[in-house]
Amino acid sequence: MELNKNTDPDPADPKVAAPPVADDRYLLELSGVNKSFPGVRALDDMQLNLRYGEVLALVGENGAGKSTLMKLLSGVYTPDSGEFYLRGRPLRVSGPRDAQQQGIAIIHQEFNLMPDLTVAENIFIGQEKPSGGFLLNNRTLNRRARDLLERLHLPLDPRTPVGALTVARQQMVEIAKALSYDAQVLIMDEPTAALNDAEVATLHELIRHYVSPDTGVIYISHKMDELKAISQRITVIRDGQYIDTLDTATTSMGEVISRMVGRQLNVNAKPENVHGGREVILSVQGLSTHGLLKDVSFELREGEILGFAGLMGAGRTEVARAIVGADKRSAGTVKLRGRTIDPANPAQAAKYRIGYLSEDRKRYGLLLDQSVTTNIALSSLAERFSTAGFVRDRPAKAAAREYVAQLKVKTPSISQITKNLSGGNQQKVVIAKWLLKDCDVLIFDEPTRGIDVGAKEEIYGLLNELAEGGKSIIMISSELPEVLRMSHRVIVMSEGRITGELAAGDANQESVMHYATLRPDENAADAVELGLVDPADSDNTHQHGKEA
Amino acid sequence: MSTAEVPVAARRGMSDNVRMRLQQLAAFAGLIVITAFFAVASDHFFNYDNLVNNILVSTVQIGILALGTTFVIITGGIDLSIGFGIALTGMMAGTFLITWDLPLGLGLLLTLVVGGLIGLVNGFNISILGMPPFIATLAMMLVCQGLPIVISDNGASIYFDDLPAFQDLSGGTLIPNFPNAVLIFLVCAVIAWFLLNRTLFGRYTFAIGSNEEATALSGINVKKWKIIVYTVAGVFIGIAGIISAARIGASPSAGKGMELQAIAAVVIGGTSLAGGKGTIVGTVIGALIIGVLNNGLQVMGVPQEWQYVILGVVILIAVYIDMVRKKSATAAG
Ligand SMILES: Nc1ncnc2c1ncn2[C@@H]1O[C@H](COP(=O)(O)OP(=O)(O)OP(=O)(O)O)[C@@H](O)[C@H]1O
Ligand SMILES: [Mg+2]
Repeated sequence: MELNKNTDPDPADPKVAAPPVADDRYLLELSGVNKSFPGVRALDDMQLNLRYGEVLALVGENGAGKSTLMKLLSGVYTPDSGEFYLRGRPLRVSGPRDAQQQGIAIIHQEFNLMPDLTVAENIFIGQEKPSGGFLLNNRTLNRRARDLLERLHLPLDPRTPVGALTVARQQMVEIAKALSYDAQVLIMDEPTAALNDAEVATLHELIRHYVSPDTGVIYISHKMDELKAISQRITVIRDGQYIDTLDTATTSMGEVISRMVGRQLNVNAKPENVHGGREVILSVQGLSTHGLLKDVSFELREGEILGFAGLMGAGRTEVARAIVGADKRSAGTVKLRGRTIDPANPAQAAKYRIGYLSEDRKRYGLLLDQSVTTNIALSSLAERFSTAGFVRDRPAKAAAREYVAQLKVKTPSISQITKNLSGGNQQKVVIAKWLLKDCDVLIFDEPTRGIDVGAKEEIYGLLNELAEGGKSIIMISSELPEVLRMSHRVIVMSEGRITGELAAGDANQESVMHYATLRPDENAADAVELGLVDPADSDNTHQHGKEA
Repeated sequence: MSTAEVPVAARRGMSDNVRMRLQQLAAFAGLIVITAFFAVASDHFFNYDNLVNNILVSTVQIGILALGTTFVIITGGIDLSIGFGIALTGMMAGTFLITWDLPLGLGLLLTLVVGGLIGLVNGFNISILGMPPFIATLAMMLVCQGLPIVISDNGASIYFDDLPAFQDLSGGTLIPNFPNAVLIFLVCAVIAWFLLNRTLFGRYTFAIGSNEEATALSGINVKKWKIIVYTVAGVFIGIAGIISAARIGASPSAGKGMELQAIAAVVIGGTSLAGGKGTIVGTVIGALIIGVLNNGLQVMGVPQEWQYVILGVVILIAVYIDMVRKKSATAAG
């Protein structure tokens, strides 16, 4: 990652030049913050000011130090040094509980839920208010949860075990949990990474309700368009150092990005659209599951990138899981080059050279306690990096090194434990694993989740290269611009069925949203309901209202 | 609201629940089948005397150990010290009540404290020092194996024939024809159920086993609660030690091998060794299965060595069921 010192803060800017002092005009004020990990200087003389009643966006590349800074505030890590003020008074946080009690709530980047516990139990963990100090009453707990969820307009049943929810719904539980603390400072570390546009709009609505002259929000995201929508100011950091704080209204996103990466980055360049459209490699007919999917049929061609769009819960992940055998099918056939296959699990699917990159990296994608090399090489160990059962370390390490460089994984070394990488860099490791494994069909479920703008470009480039090389790719993404830009063809799903198929030329925001909100069995007019938002709040569903 | 998905989530949640119930039902059906088998195969098996005075009474110790261990296993841990813990707490009961001639109530209380201390040390080593539960409790198991011999007179047992009030804890009948030991087991089961399902302690036990890091980040003092979990398991050791001593006297070799039987009971009852899932009802059924097997094989005259083999096979089956359940749970997630 190159550093271009030219874009460093303008010393004339008073916000930067003035030595930060305790100032009760700020809700939260940090300065001179340092934090190192073995081999990594995560934060280097960092500063940050949060005003009363504002949403402050915090941006920076993967590994810039955003999550680390927030973990200092929420009591997960202790700083090596630094000054912290809350409402002008010195702040010391001794642990997560202490942070909560001092009015700081956080939604961590990684999910922090107990999958075996119910929604209500998760939301109120640590705030159960037991009678007599230890007696629990589930009915009261569920009622409190229902009240909260209703107030937040979140469509969740308090009694569902969280492990049974989709990633997006789990994120809603996290949001409800954070809002349940009645905190003054709310920190959200990539809260929208797993959400689609409609859900993001709902979240932003929640944030606007939450912000009052007495509270403030620190909002971390890699989605630039969100920053415009929600924040008043944007603090940019790079390589653990403070760069600048910009007024959102008067700053272009291009400027934010160039500050972030320290160089000019052309984000909107559309890669050449090599039309695949050759021999059919994967043919899915009448695929159904007991849960959601009904009669899903489509074909994937060699060298094609096939995009899957749709709202949350439309069934895109389920299609992938049913194909690779992670979920049982109730009907339907999958043909690979004309041969019917029925893999019992993803490992068998991999033998057929079908790779599946799961949307939930922590649960299915990574060995968090193992090194970067082990993770990247893992699924190719047998074919590539072993002789007669003995692992050959050197080529595995060489491959790991190559991908770490290519994807710009920020890590002190390839033997770093994966858990210690930043969220976006962990995602890059998962991607590297599947890029390395020589699959014919690659199913990427939300591949760029939590990945910064610059690295996204690298990944898009790699995907294009793979497709040009004859690989076929199914790309499931909730980021519509990404689907539109990368796909040769777009399949749109709604409620477990395919409602539309669009050629690259016909696919645009409106046409995709039209099919995504189409209800396969009922009157399409109800579709607005699906978006979880008031139609007036969302252009997308609004658009659809006309169609109906 | 997304009408598309709520039913799906609900269905998944339900099937999760159903799966749990099925597992319990399977265990219960297993218990019935095994009991029926022995009833048919042996004339001496299916009568009140054998069922209650032999099977239930001899299940009590394993059962009580299993109750305490259920909490430990739900947190994702394991406790190997419970078996010889019976020997140590039993010998301590003997020391308090016979050697030192302390009053009964005080002696019992001190014995429970000793049990709690075993658990407290386990909890400290695991939670504060960060030792793996397997290692920490294996070491404690050795300590509990050795200490009773040290405090005994050359490994001799201590008998309580002069203290019938103590012996009545096991053999007496507060309810006519119903040994006190079984009564105590039932009371322990109810208390354990209550702790697990109705208290903060139980909620945090599940939370820690489900995702320890997330629990800590939610502001829960995970270290403290883990120590409490092991300490509670230790108190259950104390209870089992008292029952054992009351029944057959305190012996330095009491409880030998019971840790594995108790763990097997917990697993057969559907508690996941991976943590996060488990029920007390399941554990009770699991303990009964082990008790019926032990007794039935004995009554049928199956040689001791084959009893071990069969128990081993049952443990394998139980662990296999646990694995299958885990796998289907992952697929559903
Ligand atoms: N526990 C840890 N041990 C070692 N290194 C760590 C640890 N936590 C973070 N780091 C390192 O500190 C740096 C900053 O990480 P951080 O998670 O704050 O990045 P981030 O800005 O949140 O990135 P992302 O956008 O990918 O989430 C990274 O280089 C990371 O590898
Ligand atoms: Mg981060």
